[in-house]
Amino acid sequence: MTLDQLPLGVLARIVAVDWAALVPEEAQRLRALGLDEGAQVRLAYRGVFMTRDPLAVEIGRMTVALRRVHARAMHVEPVAADCPA
Amino acid sequence: MSRLPCTVALVGNPNAGKSALFNALTGARQKIANYPGVTVERKAGRFALPNGEPVELVDLPGTYGLDATSPDEEVTRRVIMGEQPGQAQPEVLVIVLDASNLEQHLVLAQEVIALGRPTVVALNMIDLAERDGLVLDPAALAVELGVPVIPTVAVRRRGLAELGAAVGAARDTAAHEPAHPRAHLTMPERRMLARTMARGAVLSETSKHRLHARLDRVLLHPWLGPPILFALLFVVFQAVFSWAKPFQDGLDALFSSGADGLRSVMPPSLLRDLITDGVIAGVGSVVVFLPQILVLFFFILVMEATGYMARAAFLMDRMMAGVGLSGRSFIPLLSSFACAVPGIMATRSITDPKDRLTTILIAPMMTCSARLPVYAVIIAAFIPARDVLPGVGLQGLVLFVLYVSGIFGAMVAALVFRRSLTRGAASGFIMELPKYQLPTIKDLALGLFQRGWIFLRRAGTMIFTVAIALWLLLNFPRAEPGQDQVNASIAGHIANGLAVVVEPIGFNRDIALTLIPTMAAREVAISSLATTYAVGASDENARTIGLAAQLKQHWSLATALAFLAWFVFAPQCMSTIAVTRRETNGWKWPAFMLAYLFGLAYLFAGIVYWTAVACGLG
Repeated sequence: MTLDQLPLGVLARIVAVDWAALVPEEAQRLRALGLDEGAQVRLAYRGVFMTRDPLAVEIGRMTVALRRVHARAMHVEPVAADCPA
Repeated sequence: MSRLPCTVALVGNPNAGKSALFNALTGARQKIANYPGVTVERKAGRFALPNGEPVELVDLPGTYGLDATSPDEEVTRRVIMGEQPGQAQPEVLVIVLDASNLEQHLVLAQEVIALGRPTVVALNMIDLAERDGLVLDPAALAVELGVPVIPTVAVRRRGLAELGAAVGAARDTAAHEPAHPRAHLTMPERRMLARTMARGAVLSETSKHRLHARLDRVLLHPWLGPPILFALLFVVFQAVFSWAKPFQDGLDALFSSGADGLRSVMPPSLLRDLITDGVIAGVGSVVVFLPQILVLFFFILVMEATGYMARAAFLMDRMMAGVGLSGRSFIPLLSSFACAVPGIMATRSITDPKDRLTTILIAPMMTCSARLPVYAVIIAAFIPARDVLPGVGLQGLVLFVLYVSGIFGAMVAALVFRRSLTRGAASGFIMELPKYQLPTIKDLALGLFQRGWIFLRRAGTMIFTVAIALWLLLNFPRAEPGQDQVNASIAGHIANGLAVVVEPIGFNRDIALTLIPTMAAREVAISSLATTYAVGASDENARTIGLAAQLKQHWSLATALAFLAWFVFAPQCMSTIAVTRRETNGWKWPAFMLAYLFGLAYLFAGIVYWTAVACGLG
């Protein structure tokens, strides 16, 4: 499952990122924000209107906005909610 | 002892509260300039160490790491490394951390500490962390990091003295200890370590319901969020036009009474005319927009300081993506409704250079406040004041159509540019949504003062020069007795040439003449039309009424409509051109902007004129 398919509010771990699918500068920015393999994330909000772009992702105590193209490159698997974040 | 003051730099992630800490430490003693060669703002100020020694404090642009992805981040890296020309390498680095976001911010902190430079950590916004139920142990963090950690609350001035003392101590220790770079870690190692350290620094953590999550649930709601944003924007625009009105009228009265006063004390001479008609009228016509700009900036600063602006960008991203831009372009475009000059300056926060250039190029199409006087006079003269629908006046409808035409034109232009001139991978949108916070009055006041001053200085010097130049063009060479001064002047000759060019779109020679001084600023069109039609009236109101009658006599309705369409696009504003040159580092893009906007203006004025004539309104 990729990050854009994750249901809202479900805690998940990023298991793999297809960095090659992203623009290098954007890949670097995402990594700098902590969106990297091993990070635990939660999808907080989906975009407005009929489309589901952009997305707001909670990582740690931070909220990051990104587009679906970025989220599609991130493979996630849900983890149990009581796992330490 | 005459050594330069010691330089200290603030380093940190975006949204770590660096600017608030900078303001708290330096007060109003700040100098804002640009780093040479790049359009990155350099903010520096003075503060005193506990022993009274003055220190120069530099606020570096926020960054997520020392491998730069934007011009801002590049400056931060170069200053820290001592590679930035004209900037002494900071003797002490102060890393600013958001206490409630340690896991993230400790990644950059480790990278900076690893350089081995004298470093102090400010554990900032510790009150917000406590509000979120997070109790931290600064001492444990200091042991882990190996540098002093000082808890601070910049907005309440807590921990500032301790921070100053730690900076002084770090500087003194460094004087007899060489720099000792530490082992280099890879990014995943640093992140792992950051997580361990962050967890180790937490004394207790209760999962209190976080305020920002609750606010976001409403403000970012797919159906509630956009209406709230649009309602807010509606209030902002109402305020820009209604709150600023009395101040604007006051300033206007001040300038005209100043000119009248001067006319009564000075004997008639060319010099007197230069001062009253050239300098006071020219500079005054721009300064009257200061109240509107301050009101708009008040809202923009509040939206930024509270953290709502990032949410607005989030909500607008989808729409902006439709024309190849991102939510980040929304902020500069919003500012451009007051004035394109601060709007274009605000594009600095856009990381993608092509995105930024596109935003700069379309910003002048947002209906700025300088167009309003022109629209108001022409609409009042030619559009009958009747209702097309109950409660919807025809005059208001025309004004609305003019606004929408500008926005629509800008969107189409962005779409075209992103597929031609600024073609490239569709720009993404990656942006941290900061925590909600109450803004402090002091930071708001300081921000307003700084923007107002920049506007006055820039607009003032530019308009001053242009006003004098145009006045000279209109007055020389002097007319022979019995000859018309305007016709004899250089400007008159240019107007006669220009009249041939603009005749096909329904503009007469008087309009051609008006277009020349209007290059300085759009609102000049009204005063210059008034001069051209030689309406002898003392105050602005009487002149407007007189002018309206004159316009009806000399212009057809088709000409008036074409004139309005022209102003939707025509880039007749020296300040905008000047700021575009500054922000794009050259004449290429301002020249292009002039060409394409004049092209559009000519085309659309033409289409409106020909259509109107075909409908029998000529």
